[in-house]
Amino acid sequence: MSNIAVADAAPPPTAAKPFMMRLGAGFVSRLVIIVPYLWLLFFFLVPFVIVFKISLSQTAIAMPPYTPVLDFRDGISGFFTGFRDLNFDNYVWLTQDALYFRAYLTSVVIAAISTVLTLLVGYPIAYGMARAPATIRPTLLMLVILPFWTSFLIRVYAWIGILKPEGLLNQLLLSLHIINQPLVILNTYTAIFIGIVYSYLPFMVLPLYSSLEKMDYSLIEAAKDLGCPPTAAFWKITFPLSLPGVIAGCLLVFIPAVGEFVIPDLLGGSQTLMIGKTLWNEFFANRDWPVSSAVAVILLLLLIVPIVLFQHAQARAQEQDK
Amino acid sequence: MNTTWSRFNITSITLGFAFLYLPIVLLVVFSFNESKLVTVWGGFSTKWYVSLFHNQGLMDAAWVTIRVGLISATVATVLGTMGALALTRYTRFRGRVLFSGMIFAPLVMPDVITGLSLLLLFVAIGMDRGMTTVILAHITFTMCFVAVVVQSRLVSFDRSLEEAAMDLGAPPVKTFFQITLPVILPAIVSGWMLAFTLSLDDLVIASFASGPGATTLPMKIYSQVRLGVTPEINAACTLLIAIVTIGVIIASVANKRREVQRQLDERAAQRG
Repeated sequence: MSNIAVADAAPPPTAAKPFMMRLGAGFVSRLVIIVPYLWLLFFFLVPFVIVFKISLSQTAIAMPPYTPVLDFRDGISGFFTGFRDLNFDNYVWLTQDALYFRAYLTSVVIAAISTVLTLLVGYPIAYGMARAPATIRPTLLMLVILPFWTSFLIRVYAWIGILKPEGLLNQLLLSLHIINQPLVILNTYTAIFIGIVYSYLPFMVLPLYSSLEKMDYSLIEAAKDLGCPPTAAFWKITFPLSLPGVIAGCLLVFIPAVGEFVIPDLLGGSQTLMIGKTLWNEFFANRDWPVSSAVAVILLLLLIVPIVLFQHAQARAQEQDK
Repeated sequence: MNTTWSRFNITSITLGFAFLYLPIVLLVVFSFNESKLVTVWGGFSTKWYVSLFHNQGLMDAAWVTIRVGLISATVATVLGTMGALALTRYTRFRGRVLFSGMIFAPLVMPDVITGLSLLLLFVAIGMDRGMTTVILAHITFTMCFVAVVVQSRLVSFDRSLEEAAMDLGAPPVKTFFQITLPVILPAIVSGWMLAFTLSLDDLVIASFASGPGATTLPMKIYSQVRLGVTPEINAACTLLIAIVTIGVIIASVANKRREVQRQLDERAAQRG
């Protein structure tokens, strides 16, 4: 009862707020939106516009190594005359050189296969965690998250020592007489698959776990009571209910994997082709900024559909939480 | 609810965790290897740690990395928390769709694209590349992770607490610092830690954004790995892993304590 008394004693909220305070609230709330908004506009969106613009420029031996350099040094008119020199030559070049097309294609295929493999490896883990006794679940969860906190580079590096021809895996297999010749895994696509599955596994397990944990297992019990075999129960009940987790996990793995650089570079060697590596080499080795910008623009276009799907999934999950 | 933990579940979890941890364990073990070879055991030794501390290049890079991480994580936490507040509290403002897009897109954006675009921005505005540009780049991509972490806490936040404070005459800013902030603090702390480790970890974006004189530890490790795998790198990696692991464990223990305390308080409040 005391609460009500206090509420009655306090004057009606809106009328009582002094004008200055309301002004302050409005200003602060606007600031909360404006500051991160402007930051992201300037450091996230504007750079994409610049990338697009430079992808239409010509390579030049200068610093910065492209022409025309659009800036306001010659005034507004100079800025606009620069536009006439822009063209799509770099994109034409990308379509003419089969290397780029193959790099895009292999990247998408490798990312897709790795995503499926990560799902196959991650699902049993997430399922096992979700069905674990409630007391040990937080520990298991932390154990999945912990590798995610350790450096990506370090985790990829660790696999070099394992997969090398004279590495630990081959030593083990040779000493067990399972193989007679060391397996060549490092610097092949197999090594890239292993690297992606390993590095992105937590991204797959976490969303899967959170949707499997929410599931009502009495549904499975009911299915079993009604004579449904376990496999059928899995495909008819468990899997469809975990679908939001499957979608979120797959997108979280697939999108960054397409543009992955560290894994193909360290584990894939020089023989393997992936677009992130191509972009890197184009930029750092060939110093061809316009072509690497064009590569980035096409990569972004390729990923725009999955990224929008990911955002929808995020927004929907957020709505459900509310 | 019947949670039968079948043999299948136990096996899949055991294998899964073995897969996740074995490479890291091997890396740590071989950092104590006497032999120069990373894959042949030649006896226990800590000599690589000693040589690590005498490697001036690595030490400089570590110092740069730590400074970049501390500054960028702190700024990113402030910006990310603001972004999270904007997303959860203001469901209607002009350009909200674009805003939430700019928060979520960097989470999955390939590093090469983010790195390249930021570099071209820095060149376009005539900014000299160095530690400052790396910090700006790291703030940009880590603030989105902070925003998502804090947002997930704000969504489940009981807003009647804030309304009560305001009804009793607390100004909004004071309400935020006295009511909202303490409740979402664990999320802000883990957001900061996430931002810090992401910054510590980043190779690709730093490589694009950095210039001469500002080599971060991952850049240094990467250039040495390309020359060959050495136990010294293993030692450096082991130290990084140790720092992060200790940090995460401390944070989670502190979090758990706070949670237990909160539950006790709530129970006490209900009884009182």
